[in-house]
Amino acid sequence: MIASLAALAFNPAPVILTIPAVAAVLLALVPSYRVSAALNVSACALTFLTALALLVAPRIAGPFLIVDDLNIVFVVLNTFVAFTTSVFSASYIGHELETGRLTPLHLRFYHAMYQVLLAAMNLALVSNNLGVMWVAIEVATLTTVLMVGLYRTEAAIEAAWKYFMLGSVGIALALFGTILVYMVAQPVVGEGPDGMIWSVLMKRARDFDPALLNVAFVFLLLGYGTKVGLAPLHAWLPDAHSEGPTPISAVLSGLLLNVALYAVLRFKLLLAAHPGTLAPGPLMMAMGLASLLLAGFMLYRRRDIKRLFAYSSIEHMGLIAFAFGLGGPVANFAGLLHMTMHSLTKSAIFFAVGHVCQVKGTQKLSDIRGLTTSHPALGWGLVVAVAAIAGLPPAGVFMSEFLLVTSTFAHRPWLALPLVAGLLLAFGALMLKLSGIAFGAPSPGSDKVKASHLPMTVHLALVLVAGLYLPPPLVAWFRHVAGLLG
Amino acid sequence: MIEHAITPNLVFDVSHMFAGGLVLISFLMLYQDRLYALLNVFALQAVALALAVAWQAYAQDAPHLYVTAGIALVFKALVIPVALHRMVARLGIHRQVETVVSIGPTMLAGIALVALSLVVMLKATPAADALAREDLAFALSVVLLGLLMMVTRRNAVSQVVGFMSLENGLILAATGAKGMPLVVEISVAFSVLIAFIVIGIFLFRIRERFDTVDVDAFDRFRGGRA
Repeated sequence: MIASLAALAFNPAPVILTIPAVAAVLLALVPSYRVSAALNVSACALTFLTALALLVAPRIAGPFLIVDDLNIVFVVLNTFVAFTTSVFSASYIGHELETGRLTPLHLRFYHAMYQVLLAAMNLALVSNNLGVMWVAIEVATLTTVLMVGLYRTEAAIEAAWKYFMLGSVGIALALFGTILVYMVAQPVVGEGPDGMIWSVLMKRARDFDPALLNVAFVFLLLGYGTKVGLAPLHAWLPDAHSEGPTPISAVLSGLLLNVALYAVLRFKLLLAAHPGTLAPGPLMMAMGLASLLLAGFMLYRRRDIKRLFAYSSIEHMGLIAFAFGLGGPVANFAGLLHMTMHSLTKSAIFFAVGHVCQVKGTQKLSDIRGLTTSHPALGWGLVVAVAAIAGLPPAGVFMSEFLLVTSTFAHRPWLALPLVAGLLLAFGALMLKLSGIAFGAPSPGSDKVKASHLPMTVHLALVLVAGLYLPPPLVAWFRHVAGLLG
Repeated sequence: MIEHAITPNLVFDVSHMFAGGLVLISFLMLYQDRLYALLNVFALQAVALALAVAWQAYAQDAPHLYVTAGIALVFKALVIPVALHRMVARLGIHRQVETVVSIGPTMLAGIALVALSLVVMLKATPAADALAREDLAFALSVVLLGLLMMVTRRNAVSQVVGFMSLENGLILAATGAKGMPLVVEISVAFSVLIAFIVIGIFLFRIRERFDTVDVDAFDRFRGGRA
């Protein structure tokens, strides 16, 4: 009662946008590294707490912002992983500064950009306007392009350039799709801003012209799908993940891919609200399966540890797209759960990998051996995290994959075969690589880690707990959202 | 009769002419084999875009579209081409437009893409009014031709030009959609501007690192790393 009264007086939705925006300006001005790292962490913590307040706040659908059951899942996950990543980033970037890979000026830029990225992602999630959502995703892309190029090495510039080009093409196709959606809506809801407001579109979707809406969805799926990293438009992803600073890899894999996926889901909802449109499912399932199988094969040939896990992200985004494409209460539930588990596990992996690369001074898989002997905490953390992402029980990833496979067998048995094949392929590859990294005689190069293992431990603990026990309110909520997604 | 000089038919014809002109200029861009010439043709396309948008502003009685037209004229037809000109001169790469595919097949592919976009758009929009649907078909053609250019060119500057011409197509589509809110047009122009800054920074960094803006140099550097 008191909580709901307090929530009425205070609307958290704009606050999760203003905190990072203000923090970005401050961080651009503060010269001291220690102060800005602390500021970065506290801004992220505040944003996360505000996002939690959204849970008890009333659902709103104003002219600018929308908060409904669907995007709260994304916002809370987004701000939480952003917060833990900022904690990891503080220790990681401190090390980079000491070794001279980055200068203090770069760091100022890095911290400010980190907050701009968060503000943009939050805006993309809570905006009620298709156009604003598009702009926010574009801004998020541009900030990450700049951050991927932060080290200014040949490889980093190449990765940033490729990311920029492919990301821009994707985002351009998405804009074309957005314009088409407006054209579809305009004869029904009239000219002007109403034609771009989610809550208005969803109410009137039944009267839209289905043919043009279909074409629009194809553009939107291709456009935002590029940002999700779905095959065949995934080419930017491994480069961007492997060459940027590791906290950015964690944020890219754990968050930005989700935000793009959220955009696809919103448009899928719009299509689902109209009985006469084509089913978006088969398209999403095809792209999802293609990503899964491609990544499964590619995982075997990786020689760079960050690229390895970048391909693993492609695999899992493929799985999630497949799950939402399959649809139905179980598969949608599995998709939501898998997205949450993947974000937590993958960012934990990147936290571990970041420190591994720092102590070993290399990203080459062949030069990293026997971590469990030389760095027990880090090594075993990585073992647990990789086992979790590979889908071994009792981690939460196992549960979501199990649900997905059962649901596939029930509804589309002939698709279960490639799905399971892809899962096994990826599992084999990850186990193969993991045994090399973690066990055996340690390779030379064992600087002390001045790492905080806390973010990794917290993430892994959450993933393990989720595998054993999901709190009933969370289950009820995911069920409700799964029902919405149709 | 004179007071009815601006008939719906004339509105249609003029918009049609400008939109078709944009597609034609896209083909001209595909055909260029010198960077300076390419930049000039890009500037010409931006002028055509500004005219098309201004005509839409007049025909739809939507004054905010004049702003979009102005942005297209100032930034895309003047500022960006001039800046790229200077950059190309400074880098000394004005002769380099290395294409992956030669001009002939590229033009054929371009024609196929235009046909494709006409088929897709005209089939999908039987209900919309004729002006909007043809505008959309032309816009999609410009978008796809820009994409084709990005794929078939190796030089980073010409890839950037391809991307910006792609964005011209998007603006054409956005203005063709009657009453589309201003936020989108400004944001598109804004994104071009940001993109340009990013590109500027990157071109110099690429130059700094590779002594060339040929994207092929990336591949050489990458070597065996898949």
